[in-house]
Amino acid sequence: LEVTAGYADGERGVRGLAWFLTLLGRIAISILVPVIAFVILWQGFLFLRQNDSPKVITAIVAVIWGVGGVAMIYLVMNWLIERLPQRIGSRLLPYLFVGPAMAMLIWFLFLPTLRTLWISLFNSDTSIFVGIQNYIGIFTTPAMLEVFRNNLLWLVFGTSLTLGFGLLIAILADRSRFESLAKAIIFMPMAISFVGAGIIWNFVYENRQQGDPQIGLLNGIWTALGGEPQAWTALVQPWNNLFLIVIMVWLQTGFAMVLFSAAIKGVPTELLEAARVDGANERQVFFRVMVPNIRGTIITVATTTIIFTLKIFDVVWVMTGGQFGTGVIATEFYRQYFTNRNFGIGSALAIILLIAVFPVMIYNLRRFRQQEGFR
Amino acid sequence: MRGRGIRRGAVFVNLTLIFLCFIWLIPTVGLFVSSFRDPNDIQASGWWTVLPHPDTVLIEELPLPEGDRTGVMTIEGATGTFEEFREGIAAPDGRIITWVGNRRAGRIEVRGEAITANTNLTLDNYEKVLTGKEYTLTFPDGSTQQVQGDDLGGAFVNSLVVAIPATVIPILVAAFAAYGFAWMGFAGRRVLFVLVVAMLVVPLQIALVPILRDYVTLGINGTYLAVWLAHTGFGLALATYLLFNYIRELPGEILESAFIDGASHMQVFLRLILPLSVPALAAFAIFQFLWVWNDYLVALIFIGAKPDTQVLTQRLAEIVGSRGDDWHLLTAGAFISMLLPLTVFFALQRYFVRGLLAGSVKG
Repeated sequence: LEVTAGYADGERGVRGLAWFLTLLGRIAISILVPVIAFVILWQGFLFLRQNDSPKVITAIVAVIWGVGGVAMIYLVMNWLIERLPQRIGSRLLPYLFVGPAMAMLIWFLFLPTLRTLWISLFNSDTSIFVGIQNYIGIFTTPAMLEVFRNNLLWLVFGTSLTLGFGLLIAILADRSRFESLAKAIIFMPMAISFVGAGIIWNFVYENRQQGDPQIGLLNGIWTALGGEPQAWTALVQPWNNLFLIVIMVWLQTGFAMVLFSAAIKGVPTELLEAARVDGANERQVFFRVMVPNIRGTIITVATTTIIFTLKIFDVVWVMTGGQFGTGVIATEFYRQYFTNRNFGIGSALAIILLIAVFPVMIYNLRRFRQQEGFR
Repeated sequence: MRGRGIRRGAVFVNLTLIFLCFIWLIPTVGLFVSSFRDPNDIQASGWWTVLPHPDTVLIEELPLPEGDRTGVMTIEGATGTFEEFREGIAAPDGRIITWVGNRRAGRIEVRGEAITANTNLTLDNYEKVLTGKEYTLTFPDGSTQQVQGDDLGGAFVNSLVVAIPATVIPILVAAFAAYGFAWMGFAGRRVLFVLVVAMLVVPLQIALVPILRDYVTLGINGTYLAVWLAHTGFGLALATYLLFNYIRELPGEILESAFIDGASHMQVFLRLILPLSVPALAAFAIFQFLWVWNDYLVALIFIGAKPDTQVLTQRLAEIVGSRGDDWHLLTAGAFISMLLPLTVFFALQRYFVRGLLAGSVKG
């Protein structure tokens, strides 16, 4: 009996040792795997930072490293969590799924908002607290007021022209046999960069001295009609802004058109037919039946376009650099921050931009609460 | 009566539509045509002159008239002195006779109205902007200049290296988050998702400088990693929101039966959710790819003046700034930068439109 007891003791001891060793092994692996993963990522980073291999090889390594690295982080973390006791693991797992996205969002958008707000309360090199002095300065400088006026021009003309053309083309295309071709043509500029669009339109607006052959299309037509060649983007201010707004309309109408087109197809044909049978003419059908039915889409497109016009930067920057009275908030922000190194005013301008889109943010949040996105 | 009215209406609709499409297309056509023209031709005439049009052209060249060249002469019906011919004299039939050269040696040029087209097209411009090699430029007056190529080929590769991870990473991160929000319960779920919705419209200008400072502290400014992270951060809110809307609508029964079979969340996500979400993932991928490829501001700030990593839009903007009159380079360069997005766009247009509809109609 004693022997058996001793044996049982020994067995317990062995089992305890085995358990302890397994635990040690588990901890070791749990540390080793992330460490190896980290070392691989770090080596990749070093390779990419100081390499002199051919460009294409660097490119391929960079792409694999970037995409693979992110996937690896998720998989390694998941592997670690599965090693934890079930109770803790199932609590932690959701944060593995949501955490990285939230961390990025907080690092790249949420905290910067607070930091920019903070910097906007200081002077140009962030050494002296000045309160709201920067904001007062912005709203009392004539040059800045011109910038706000330009943004207002963009807002009013840009939005109304984009919506107008978008709706017009959507309706016309709906009744035409060339619908898909026409829509593809109008939509195409959405694939073109602002820099590319800037070059395209700079070329359209190109201006040569009178008597020289005009190589810009607009001056070509204008002089053929007997006009004097004009520098369109530097023309009579503030109307030169319109020639820049045309570019945005050209780029964005396709977006509005696609959404309107889908909305129009959603309006029941019987409704339109019923109105026509009741003797309504096409204009009445449009304004009394069509427009109320696609109201939601009109609001959506309008808010998207408004936000777009408020943030407009690249078009102006490439075309005129904000000269000739064409500056907007975003270009002025860039100029103040990176050319004048005036961090206070620059940050204040960014905050003003944020305040301008605030109503849309609140509208989005309210709608989310109404829809109650979570089940 | 009614039938004819409808037909007239259809003609009106189609004509208006064709007119609008023509206006929308013509600026791009101008760029496209110009990119194939000789540099000197671009400067000397509008791109539309590649189309047949009436113009004054050189019809023939004649040798100088024999005999006395000091007095009044008659050439091809036009009468005048050597000095007058040097300026050019209109013959009775409308042709213009010009004496080129001096009194003893030279030639007679006869110009007249004719239908002509400047079809002197070339691929040279593309060669010049694509490579980084030096080449010789010849001006109309015969002088030459050594010019460094713009190496847009290298910038094209850089754009790819920036755009591919900057498209895939946010989609991956957002898909994980969307699944978490849609199908997992945890403390703070609502608050965190409200944050996502709130961040949807924050202008990225607000983030540029604080992030730039972080990058300088971390020592990664100007690297690909910096740009990928920036595009991921700025694109995440929309990506998470769009994918959440899609993944939430997937049938719950499939997931439940998978869980009963003992699948983990990670297995369900990788084997079920990702394959089922391909339409939404593709739609956002096209969105994000076009946005990153066409982006100028983020690259301008986080890549800056590092020629090794500069992307296409930056190089193009630089040419606009420093040599804005070199239209042969600008047009070819702009078209190179448009090539890939246009291909992606036309190949995957249906996905793209679907993505736009999902993204905008819902929120």
